[in-house]
Amino acid sequence: MTKLYQVLTPEGELAEDISGRITPDLMIDMYKKMVLVRTFDRKCIILQRQGRLGTYAPFEGQEAAQVGSAMALRAGDWMFPTYRDHAAAIVHGHSLVRVFLYWMGHSDASVCPEDKRILPQCVPIATQMLHAMGAAWASKLKGEQTVSIAYLGDGATSEGDFHEALNFAGVFRAPVLFFCQNNGYAISVPFSRQSASRTIAQRAAAYDIHGVRVDGNDVFAVWLTVQDAVQRARVGGGPALIEAVTFRYGAHTTADDPKKYRDQEVLAQEWRRRDPVDRLRRFLEKQGLWNDEQEAAWQRQVGETIESALAEAEAFPKPQPADMFAHVYAEMPWHIREQQQELQRVLNEGGMQA
Amino acid sequence: MSRKLTMLQAIREAMDQKLTDDPRVMLLGEDIGVNGGVFRATEGLIEKYGAERVVDTPLAESGIVGTAIGLALNGMIPVVEIQFLAFIYPGFEQVVSHAARMRYRTRGQFSVPMVIRTPYGAGIRGPELHSESVETFFAHTPGLKVVVPATPYDAKGLLISAIEDPDPVVFLEPTKIYRAFSEEVPEEMYRVPIGKARVVQEGSDLSIFAWGAMLRVAMKAAADIEREKGWSCEVIDLRTLYPLDRDCIIGSVKKTGRALIVHEAHKTAGMAAEIIALINDEALLYLKAPIRRITGFDVPVPQFSLEDDYLPTEARVKLGITETILF
Repeated sequence: MTKLYQVLTPEGELAEDISGRITPDLMIDMYKKMVLVRTFDRKCIILQRQGRLGTYAPFEGQEAAQVGSAMALRAGDWMFPTYRDHAAAIVHGHSLVRVFLYWMGHSDASVCPEDKRILPQCVPIATQMLHAMGAAWASKLKGEQTVSIAYLGDGATSEGDFHEALNFAGVFRAPVLFFCQNNGYAISVPFSRQSASRTIAQRAAAYDIHGVRVDGNDVFAVWLTVQDAVQRARVGGGPALIEAVTFRYGAHTTADDPKKYRDQEVLAQEWRRRDPVDRLRRFLEKQGLWNDEQEAAWQRQVGETIESALAEAEAFPKPQPADMFAHVYAEMPWHIREQQQELQRVLNEGGMQA
Repeated sequence: MSRKLTMLQAIREAMDQKLTDDPRVMLLGEDIGVNGGVFRATEGLIEKYGAERVVDTPLAESGIVGTAIGLALNGMIPVVEIQFLAFIYPGFEQVVSHAARMRYRTRGQFSVPMVIRTPYGAGIRGPELHSESVETFFAHTPGLKVVVPATPYDAKGLLISAIEDPDPVVFLEPTKIYRAFSEEVPEEMYRVPIGKARVVQEGSDLSIFAWGAMLRVAMKAAADIEREKGWSCEVIDLRTLYPLDRDCIIGSVKKTGRALIVHEAHKTAGMAAEIIALINDEALLYLKAPIRRITGFDVPVPQFSLEDDYLPTEARVKLGITETILF
């Protein structure tokens, strides 16, 4: 269980035969999605520096983990992401526009497309694991073939809800996947200080559920692992805990300075060698599946896609003060209605004075 | 047809009927299945509906509430039992950070119709942390509804409404009166609306607001005062603490010109403070005397050797009535 499953080496070589399991088209699709989300992530940091986005949580370095896992899901599956999993949410069907809106502090940001089941980015740590467990349990009770996946980080494994979710999942054999991106740091605290257990995957044994440790920078290994866990879960094989070992190059959020707590240059350089995007590109090029021309064309397209989403997000109707009172309850109670009217009255009078 | 039921029996009947009525309803909690709950509120239901719908969960309050949120997201209607109100603290984050906010965060796209039932309040000689009355925590949380029945009839009708409510409802069951008395409860399903108070007794000199187990204390004090001094008190059972029934509260105060609030929760930032503020906003000039509140004290609920001294007594309520009327 402590073994790290790897298929695609950092040099872009295959460690095992995957023919018939991952088609060339799928490989190219994985690459394109990883480039898209990396470019998106870098853009978000720039926008934050320009003051066009609020505090932002970057994920660069974790593209293979997020993209590979999300690509293993079907449209009807439930996703419970954290605030660092926008790449997974985008791959599962969330729009770039809404993700931009979230970091712009827009109240409409967490609405996902009608036919998708992507929950809002979860801010409290590990709490969403229980929601995924409950949703998966409901799928089982209703006899649906859908699974739920909860994303979490290594810090979440210290929370009580991590244990409660794994325990419930084990007891009720729900079709739920707990996908941990172990990026080595919970803000500033290294994993060695987070947990005395050498791996996260080994915790699965305590709850008698399926546990796998995978190279989180290897999109093939991630996809195959999650695909396997999803298929098991769909047919009643129960839950899984997957530890994807990875690294975030940047800060916890744009409000944080990683130089304070880790040797940024050495570590980032070491992890760049294992970079998930470069690794796949090397492989694709060696296979004759990708070249500079395609790269330039895709980069151009990605740039346009992101610019267009940004333009849409920035032109999105600004929320009106009255909007904050909506959707607290199915039906608005008297006191909220009156507070809404009170604010409106003040705003109207202010407008008249101006 | 109706029979005499205790509050516990009425609560059990509400769950029983909703389990029959709606296949999405399921019960979750510690010891609620085979054991029928520590107070036996769910007794017999596992035999009738099976272990998939009446679920003995692992001992984990956050796990229970958090899992129920997921169940509700995916089409079920979970009715959670927390053994005692103070045991909800490990699950508090799930209640306030998620259950209460899911509809708001998703602009109505996802919601969590669920009920959290929990015995609460002092007066049963329970150990530490079995007697708390912290309804304010929940009444301070937008997105939740907070309901407290004071009679078997209301308990059944309010619980059915709570289970059918599209929003999460915290349903506080006053432990002291679970079995204290019986009253006529119709056999059929009926609803008592959430958000509506009940005028238990009309009066002209003073309005008394109470809920849960304190309603009986208020009633007794009002009866004694009427007999002893001839003052007539209007007694109102609030039934829902959030959102409050403003019209009922203000209408009564405008009529009587005086108000007294009785609750067993701590005084500071208790619900009485909110009710006083509401009356201040809406009926200040009708008042003939300052509004008083008879409450539990601002101390941790003591162990049961002092429990009766902590709780508002009829004597304290009578004193409050007298001081208000003679002001």
